[in-house]
Amino acid sequence: MHSLPKRWFQLLARLLPLAAALFATAASAQLSIEITGGGANRLPIAIVPFAGEGAIQPGIVAIVRADLERSGLFRVIDSPQAALQLTEASAVNFPEWRSRTADALVLGSVGVLPDGRFEVRFRVFDVVKQAVLGGVAYTLNRNQVRATAHRISDYIYEKLTGEKGVFSTRIAYVVKRGPRYELQIADADGAGEETALASLEPIISPAWSPDGRRLAYVSFEQKKPVVYVHSLQSGQRQVAANFKGSNSAPAWAPDGSRLAVALSREGGSQIFSVNPDGSGVRRLMSSAGIDTEPVFSPDGQFIYFTSDRGGSPQIYRMPAAGGEAQRVTFEGTYNVSARISPDGKSLAYISRNSGKFQVAKLDLAARQVQILTDSDKDESPSFSPNGRMILLATVLGGRGVLSAVSADGRVKQRLTVSSGDVREPAWGPFVRE
Amino acid sequence: MRAIWMSVIASALLAGCASSPPDEQPAATVEDRTPGAAGSSGAQTKPLPSGQVARVDLTQPKPAAGYSVLKDPKSILSKRSVYFELDSFSIKDEFKPLVEAHAKYLRENATAKMLIQGNTDERGSREYNLALGQKRADAMKRMLILLGAKEEQVESVSLGEEKPKAQGSTDEAYAENRRDDILYAGEY
Repeated sequence: MHSLPKRWFQLLARLLPLAAALFATAASAQLSIEITGGGANRLPIAIVPFAGEGAIQPGIVAIVRADLERSGLFRVIDSPQAALQLTEASAVNFPEWRSRTADALVLGSVGVLPDGRFEVRFRVFDVVKQAVLGGVAYTLNRNQVRATAHRISDYIYEKLTGEKGVFSTRIAYVVKRGPRYELQIADADGAGEETALASLEPIISPAWSPDGRRLAYVSFEQKKPVVYVHSLQSGQRQVAANFKGSNSAPAWAPDGSRLAVALSREGGSQIFSVNPDGSGVRRLMSSAGIDTEPVFSPDGQFIYFTSDRGGSPQIYRMPAAGGEAQRVTFEGTYNVSARISPDGKSLAYISRNSGKFQVAKLDLAARQVQILTDSDKDESPSFSPNGRMILLATVLGGRGVLSAVSADGRVKQRLTVSSGDVREPAWGPFVRE
Repeated sequence: MRAIWMSVIASALLAGCASSPPDEQPAATVEDRTPGAAGSSGAQTKPLPSGQVARVDLTQPKPAAGYSVLKDPKSILSKRSVYFELDSFSIKDEFKPLVEAHAKYLRENATAKMLIQGNTDERGSREYNLALGQKRADAMKRMLILLGAKEEQVESVSLGEEKPKAQGSTDEAYAENRRDDILYAGEY
């Protein structure tokens, strides 16, 4: 069933070179994305504009194309004029598509329902095996076009690669323009940005709740760092930690029931657990040095964190309930800001290598370290929920920009805004339907 | 030009000597004069008789009652910043008199409350820098308490790399940003 996806996926994983740059900008978006890695060995796919899709704007297929190309795994082939009348119900001339070098094909249509809503239907074909891989119909209204297009992209991506797509997920980040800080939420392609919080004082360390409905972050609006939990839909904010001293580095437990935070209320920077409403604060560990940047393992059993207890900042691990810590990183003298992959098998973190701050990945079983980026002021890595990409902040031409690199280091994207500094990105979770 | 400039300074100094009580700073005309303004001011050869100049000072907010000495530029208490070496968290000897003076003030003013804000340069992780800034703020708090300030008078917090005093990515800017700032209640 998945012979095509597997074969392609393995091939891509081996061959994707850091070659020709391909530009894909979302015109309406403030964040625009440029793919700086990826290459000739992408899966060739034809996506014929859906019959009748002119009835809604923006065009669904244009968004799907941009999504798939941005992943670095696909090359979208132009469709011939004659194909434009095809729908998901049409008979497919596989040899014809094969001669156009397509390995996969998507056909679809958009219809208007009696209640004024729209229905989009599509099918994904394996051209090589001359088979239907699957098809779906979605009902939508006019303001769900982008969301629906991303769901279609997710479906196609999963059918062809065997892994879940992240086109429907959202990202959070902070934009600084002049004296103004804005915590923004956007689609994973940078479009549809919305401001959740605007402030004249810094905002750092946004962290998504596991259900994707709340953000914990650190705001300096009280002239010191205070941890808030912010419900995105209502805009309601709750103080999660405002103790004497500094309150920072919030991380959600995988079940969303509590936060790990760094507090200095008992001196130094130490890791505590607290309920999202600020109650039930409990110290998890005691050390003489700095302990900060906690993050839970996906199974909730461990907390990875940064500590300078050994003389230089390194990543450590301790049981989530508290207890003995073990050192995890050993190479180099500055390893901070750990994030664990969704499968729990690897860590992404910032490593200083001869003055450059870069994203490193540690395979926890093999204990192999790989430097993934070639920039020099990287910060705040965060995994996409399927583990394939790592979003990060870096500096380019003196300006803060977001960047993304595939977990194998082969595909690179850059996300920039028209003005201002972008920093502190956090990739949100899968959206539950 | 130079002669005029000298005579302006001389006359202003004389005026300052004649009019200023010993606990006030010298007349502002001396310190604020810029070379560009010297030509026109230089024509002013005859200052007002002493005692007839009203002092208008827009640079200082109305001091909270009893706290004015904290803002007096002649008092060491108006010095509020302590600078740190790279990767260091210990108060250098040159700043010890400053910390001692603030400890004495806290001892003598039991209701006074202080916020220490630790800062770092921009290199590295924001959260780790926040922890480093905390370490700097804690270092000063510890010294103040050793010198007799009470725990409840002092809060040490960190701004990390988030509120740089000096912009830019130079060694000079970094040095300026590795710093503790002292604020008293009413100033933050």
